[in-house]
Amino acid sequence: MSATPLSYLDSAGARADTILPLTWFTIAVSVIVCVVIAILLWIAVARGTSSHDVDIRRVPVDRSGNGLRWINIGLAISAVPLLVTLVWTMVALAHAAGPPSNPALTIDVTPHQWWWGVRYNGKQPSDIFDTANEIHIPTGVPVLVRLHGADVIHSFWVPKLTGKTDAIPGQINLSWMQATAPGRYSGECTEYCGAQHAHMGLEVVAESPADFEHWRAGQLEAAPAATSASLQHGQQVVEYRCGLCHQVRGTRAGAQSGPDLTHLMSRRTLAAGVLPNNAGTVAAWIQTAQELKPGTLMPDQFLTSQELLDVQAYLETLK
Amino acid sequence: MRAVDFRTPTVGLDSVEHEARLLRLWEGDSGLKGFFGTVDHKRIGIRYIVTAFAFLALGGIEALVMRWQLARPNNTFLTPDQYNQLFSTHGMTMIFLYAGPILSGFSNYVWPLLIGSRDMAFPRMNALSYWVYLAAGIFLYVGFLTGNGPNDGWFNYVPYASRDYNPGLNEDFYALGMVFLGISTTVGAANFVVTAFRTRAPGMSINRLPIMVWGTLTASVANLLVIPAVSLAFLLLWLDRQYGTHFFDTNAGGQPLLWQHLFWIFGHPWVYAIVLPAMGMVSDGLPVFCRRPLVGYSLVALATVATMIFGFGVWVHHMFATGLPTLGLSFFSGASIAIVFPSAVAVFAWLATIWLGRPVITTAFMFFSSMIILFVIGGVSGFMTASVPVDWQLTDTYFVVAHLHYVLIGINVFPVLGATYFWFPKMTGRMLDERLGRWNFWLTFIGFNLAFLPMHLTGLLGMPRRVYTYNSDMGWDTLNLITTIGSFVLALGILLFVVNVLKSLRAGAPATANPWDAPTLEWSVPSPPPPYNFAVIPTVASRHPLWESRLKEDTVVSSLDRGLLLDEGKETVGTTALDAAPDMILEMPEDTVAPLLLAAGLAIVFIGLLLKIWSVVIIGGLITGLAILSWMWPRRELREREATHA
Repeated sequence: MSATPLSYLDSAGARADTILPLTWFTIAVSVIVCVVIAILLWIAVARGTSSHDVDIRRVPVDRSGNGLRWINIGLAISAVPLLVTLVWTMVALAHAAGPPSNPALTIDVTPHQWWWGVRYNGKQPSDIFDTANEIHIPTGVPVLVRLHGADVIHSFWVPKLTGKTDAIPGQINLSWMQATAPGRYSGECTEYCGAQHAHMGLEVVAESPADFEHWRAGQLEAAPAATSASLQHGQQVVEYRCGLCHQVRGTRAGAQSGPDLTHLMSRRTLAAGVLPNNAGTVAAWIQTAQELKPGTLMPDQFLTSQELLDVQAYLETLK
Repeated sequence: MRAVDFRTPTVGLDSVEHEARLLRLWEGDSGLKGFFGTVDHKRIGIRYIVTAFAFLALGGIEALVMRWQLARPNNTFLTPDQYNQLFSTHGMTMIFLYAGPILSGFSNYVWPLLIGSRDMAFPRMNALSYWVYLAAGIFLYVGFLTGNGPNDGWFNYVPYASRDYNPGLNEDFYALGMVFLGISTTVGAANFVVTAFRTRAPGMSINRLPIMVWGTLTASVANLLVIPAVSLAFLLLWLDRQYGTHFFDTNAGGQPLLWQHLFWIFGHPWVYAIVLPAMGMVSDGLPVFCRRPLVGYSLVALATVATMIFGFGVWVHHMFATGLPTLGLSFFSGASIAIVFPSAVAVFAWLATIWLGRPVITTAFMFFSSMIILFVIGGVSGFMTASVPVDWQLTDTYFVVAHLHYVLIGINVFPVLGATYFWFPKMTGRMLDERLGRWNFWLTFIGFNLAFLPMHLTGLLGMPRRVYTYNSDMGWDTLNLITTIGSFVLALGILLFVVNVLKSLRAGAPATANPWDAPTLEWSVPSPPPPYNFAVIPTVASRHPLWESRLKEDTVVSSLDRGLLLDEGKETVGTTALDAAPDMILEMPEDTVAPLLLAAGLAIVFIGLLLKIWSVVIIGGLITGLAILSWMWPRRELREREATHA
């Protein structure tokens, strides 16, 4: 991970690559304009000022010099970068608007208050699976992202790979991305969406096509069977408590209003980027979610210590 | 058909007896009756200015609290809900309760003086627009102070603002308050438009208008066109929330994007409405201190109007990421880039004015001239966001926060502070302290840039706006700390401004009628001006009536001490829209509490609607009706007279 994971002053994929040079060009034009105007202003003030503490009523008034030349020349010079920017904008827009070739993969992303639902499509119903907050993509191919609005408006943004596209209820918006090299790329929700807008991160994991296929095959698996009494008890609690909102495929926990937990432990972070994901943070999250992410729709669970230990052990098997 | 009276007004010289007669006619009621009933544009203007500065202070304190929270990562000084209400209330306060009204205040005060009139066209409507503004501001702040402030940002996107996600009274306060405030803005705008076209001194043809009048006139026309959009949007939102209509509800065929279109069709022209009059202040003020007329008057006036015309066609640049078709986006992108041209006209005109002039460094000049570079910085960052693909990265990051603060503080607050130094002597008869003024300027300028220049980088490094906290591994820690320090320095600068005003009010050096040797009509009357403004209505022959002898630009000269006397009643002159040929005698109303009563009645109606207590709504409606009745009751002395064209 870079020191500035959300910076868009560098890029790592085709779509962001198209935009970046134009961004730098407009920054350069802007800086040059500001510097030139600042210098002109400084000279203009310095050259005409006679002395300080002069009584303004003693300074004569007259109309000297042809000032209109300033406006004419100024506009003529300004027109050049403006026209270049206009044309470049249209070209970049045409390139960035849609993927260069048919997308190799289509992912349905549904942002919720305050996490990301991710569904992978396939040719067969059995190829379809859900995950959350972490999107895996193969490198070198364009990936289409269909954005669905579920509750309020959110915005999908992975700065190193793609600019923002809003997810709005009642319509399906399209975004796309293509990663050049394997890596982890941070994203954030960028449309204000309520109490925990600040904690709605996602991560795109780009990996070689082979690694991606391996990951995909793993994700298609159902949860492993509980092999001990303690794990069975854990699964039971998960089904009756967590299953009210979450899904663990292969068990009776089948609700879909929270993130899919079937392969919970395969993900790097918890609660849309709030915590690193390990057995300890999972336990903390279960018991004190409201303290860790005030306002989250996940309620504190008040499990007994035995229940918590068993749930923790069970969830650890969901790799 | 209206009965028409004819009277040929007398032309004559100013005299002591004449002024005494005018004073008797124009002096308002004293005491409480006068306080609540005044229709004098000068008193109303100062009330607007003081109230707007009070809201600036409130919004500033909210900003400091937020900056304290953001000074370091993972701070827990504020809860998410507190932060979200604070940033929403800060935006609402600064944009709706400070930036617009402060310019209305200055225009209210100086317009009649600038254009040689004894008052605004509709003095009672002027009082009404102030009282409604005050009432709506209090209404909105009662929401905030009871924990029901807006919590969805100032642009308040649905569905988050809908009842499903926002069950409290927060959004009802905001929606009804904004509809209420819209009445004030509309009434004020209509008044400005008619005042500009009908009450200018004879001879002040449309091409002799001060640029500030152009700015406020343009802004007012725009407001008349766009305020209905936002009032409608907020009304629909309130109906959706309280009466189950489905304007924005997708489950029943509504559209969340409808809100965004309605809001930004209003919102972008509004941005120009709160900067064009301020740019006008610079266009009129800067030349005074450069000792020469503004370069390119006609181009600057046309650019003012052109900016607004373009401004109607750029609203979608707030919506580049909403999935609209790219063909449509490219149109709005092009229009947003093209709007740089009229802005550049103003910049080069100001630069040339300083370059070719003999600048005299005063605090007002420092605020006006530094505004040029702040305007350019805010302008180029706006130009960057006009490019669709670039905006897909920039939008909703701190880059946009930096951009909009350069626009609003750079192009509104700086000119307003300069204008205060410039016109304070006229308003109060006392000069502001120049030494304190320098401290005021430098602290404000350095603090502002320290806070907001690095913020562009915070945005480029990806910090999203409207987050109540951030992690320390994002690379934003130092930048945020610098911004917090800068914001406190900026606040110190504003504090010195307040100190200077309070100190100078009591002990400032007395001001003459024209302490800056400025060229326009307001400086031809005493400081502060008498209630009737002009003892005789001036006749204007150029753009710079007080500089004519030195500029030698016309063979005809303006007549300031000989003109229409109009002392047979509370009268001023109505003139034709373009040429300002005298046309009729306007009978001006006496002090009345009807506007206050009307505003109070409306406030009660809105409180009733908020609480859904219909008896309260009916009582408020009755008071409103009574106020209108007393206002509209025919009075013989208010019949307008047409002058015979002699």
